Amino acid sequence: MLSVNNLTKRFGGLLAVSSVDLEVKEKEIVSLIGPNGAGKTTLFAMVAGFLKADEGEINFEKASVVGLKPHQICQLGMVRTFQITQPFAGLTTLQNIMVGAYSNTAQTDSAKKKAEEVAEVVGMTSLLSQGADGLTVAGRKRLELARALATDPKLLLLDEVMAGLNPAEIDDIVTVIKGIRDRGVTIFLIEHVMKAVMNLSDRTYVLNDGKLIASGTPSSVAENPQVIEAYLGHGAAEAMAEGA
Amino acid sequence: MMSNFRSHLSFLLLGALGLIILPYFITSRFYIDVLTLIFFTAYLGQSWNILGGYAGQFSFGGVMFFGTGAYVSSILLTTFGFPPIFGIFLAILGGAILGLIVGYMSFRSGLRGSYFALITLAFAELLRVLANSVEFTGGGVGLFLTYAPGLSNLQFESPVGFYYFALILMFISIAIVYWLESSRFGAQLVAIRENEDAAEALGIDTLRCKIYAIMIMGAMGGAAGTFYSQKYLYLDPPIAYSIHLSVEMLLVTIVGGMGTIFGPLVGAFVLHTVNEIARHFIDTPGLSLIVYGLILIIIIGYLPNGLIGAFKKKEKKSESSSLDKNQSREEP
Amino acid sequence: MISASLSMLPAAIINGLMYGAIYALVALGLTLIYGVLHIINFAHGAMLMLALYAAFFLFHLFSIDPYFSILIVTPCAGIFGYIIYRYGIGPLAKGKDQNILLITLGLSIIIENSALFFFSGDQQTVNLSYGFEAFDLGFMYLSYPKVISFFAALFMCAVLWAAMSLTDMGRAIRAVAKERQGARLVGINVEHIFAVTFGIGIACLGAAGCMMLPIFYVDPYTGNIFVLVAFTIVVLGGMGSVVGALVGGFIIGITESVGGLLLGESLGQIGISLIFILILIFRPTGLFGSKV
Repeated sequence: MLSVNNLTKRFGGLLAVSSVDLEVKEKEIVSLIGPNGAGKTTLFAMVAGFLKADEGEINFEKASVVGLKPHQICQLGMVRTFQITQPFAGLTTLQNIMVGAYSNTAQTDSAKKKAEEVAEVVGMTSLLSQGADGLTVAGRKRLELARALATDPKLLLLDEVMAGLNPAEIDDIVTVIKGIRDRGVTIFLIEHVMKAVMNLSDRTYVLNDGKLIASGTPSSVAENPQVIEAYLGHGAAEAMAEGA
Repeated sequence: MMSNFRSHLSFLLLGALGLIILPYFITSRFYIDVLTLIFFTAYLGQSWNILGGYAGQFSFGGVMFFGTGAYVSSILLTTFGFPPIFGIFLAILGGAILGLIVGYMSFRSGLRGSYFALITLAFAELLRVLANSVEFTGGGVGLFLTYAPGLSNLQFESPVGFYYFALILMFISIAIVYWLESSRFGAQLVAIRENEDAAEALGIDTLRCKIYAIMIMGAMGGAAGTFYSQKYLYLDPPIAYSIHLSVEMLLVTIVGGMGTIFGPLVGAFVLHTVNEIARHFIDTPGLSLIVYGLILIIIIGYLPNGLIGAFKKKEKKSESSSLDKNQSREEP
Repeated sequence: MISASLSMLPAAIINGLMYGAIYALVALGLTLIYGVLHIINFAHGAMLMLALYAAFFLFHLFSIDPYFSILIVTPCAGIFGYIIYRYGIGPLAKGKDQNILLITLGLSIIIENSALFFFSGDQQTVNLSYGFEAFDLGFMYLSYPKVISFFAALFMCAVLWAAMSLTDMGRAIRAVAKERQGARLVGINVEHIFAVTFGIGIACLGAAGCMMLPIFYVDPYTGNIFVLVAFTIVVLGGMGSVVGALVGGFIIGITESVGGLLLGESLGQIGISLIFILILIFRPTGLFGSKV
């Protein structure tokens, strides 16, 4: 569904993303993990059309999306959320979600209906008339998800929708994401919360210093010495192996 | 918000009817003229409101559409004898095309906020200099239009004629914004105002939407230009591209409430009333504008949502305190 | 016709340079404020007009030579700027970019119309005893005031530059410009620095007003003429760039006088707004897009 080849981005002399290849297949939940500053959000930004890649190809459903604007990519069925939530602060939850819903209909009534359906899916029904600026962190993360979902995407790019949530809220949102996948939406997510990654993903890619250092099932990746080193520092893998 | 508005519809129609029959009760030419001016400013404010209040793109050069429209229909009239009743449509077209050009150039290069405000100021200034320098606008001497009352000239013997002309323009502008409030396009503009990146991510062609908004503003300004030149029968570059009119349209909107249907009308009414009262006591040039400036600063500092916003907040507060949270908020 | 214009070209360029130095000083104030506070002072032109009036009344009422008035008007303007930012613009704007633009717009309306109210709309000029004396350059006469203003403006720019790089206050200002959170953490009173910077920016106008009065005129609308000029210089030179403000000032001064010569009085004014638009659209970082 999504395939990325040799994707590269430089900021000045810094290689933020370096020759990355990856693939997301239909109905999968794929995660992208890695330490802070590994280039995950940069990669998402390029895939969603917010940043221009210096090199490489991005194909969505076998057609290149390089050079397309974010709204065009959204209309093709690939939509991103933001790590730092970007609500339409002056609007209510309902109006926020309706903006997403309007991407498929010009009718106010059907947009509203769609928004209410989506709110049900992400569990925001009781918050519909609340102003977005008054939502809690968890509420705003859900709103990001809801707005994106309201565009009826084929592929959702979720950028750390669990950051800042407490364990109970994380369990809730994991259930929500699984529910979304069961409705036929493919999901590609950046996440730090390892428990959720293990629980959710079919496959995982690990990015470190802009390079892919591992990929595979979550459990195999978690045992990969390179990955452990990237997360815990040099020598950590050996130390852990000795300890075990 | 919308259902709230619809339930007030009958009340609104009553108000509109009141304005329509008002001239039958007011015999004073002075009051008719003041009301005409209020409608006219409210109309221009509404054009600014669409781009500034709804789409969040503040312009400091809104007058350029007005001036261009005024020149289009006036030149067509003086040079070709083209009747303004048709000329006004070309003025509208001219304003929209100017909007397209200015919007495309500025928004495409990603200008936002203060930069957009200033570039529109520069465009208005550029047009003023051009109008001052070329022949067909009459240059610095200006254009004199002949007084020949009649519907085809959009000139009227009685000030009541212009009262209705301005009233119709204002009704149309309110209808446009009313449509905006309940349409996808309006929701998209508001989304752009609130967060442009998020709007783009959710599939909104933000460039196109902003250009459409400035084109609507331009079209409306164009018609205002024809109104003005047919009423005052004279046009020169400092009038056509005056910064004061640019300021006035943003002022009435900000004072009344940006992004609201009646903000510009409320603002125009309040400011013109203040103006007339100030003039009544001390008729010195500049005084009313000093007051305008003060009002602008006070509103920005203390009532960012304008008079309507302040009123709504109060209403909301008393509403939420008297109603149970779970109860649906139906208006009686 | 054209050849006559061309023969006057050197004179136009030199005239442009003379005004350009003062424009540079005006723009320096604006660019400094932008570079540190990241705000656009729309009342910049109106405040310049006030400075011109201050110099005018000092001359008219007390016969103080405008060039001497620099010593009086500059600090007064600085204090005025400090107060108006610290107790007016800053608290009212609540940190929003567009609010500042609108508040300073309101301020410019108030200043302009107060001037109209109190000083009437008449154009005022000063007649200096040496006002009509001039250097003979062979191909043109250059009046004493123009030359004095030119060097005075350059001198002020140099003083400002030295103050910014050598004094503690200058260092604090640059620290705030670079990293306002960090500056706050090491104990710099950021609000105070903002107001000081605003004050310095307005002090530049005080000096510029005194230098401009002998070679120009003042009326309540003078500010309008310079708003766009100052913004154009600043975007041309790059927002926040000191060198840019200087070079931009000269470019605009020359553009204006040469434009007037080649295109005529009326169309000649087109240069400023055209440059402004083109720069914003095609090179928004300006020619020298560096920070203070």
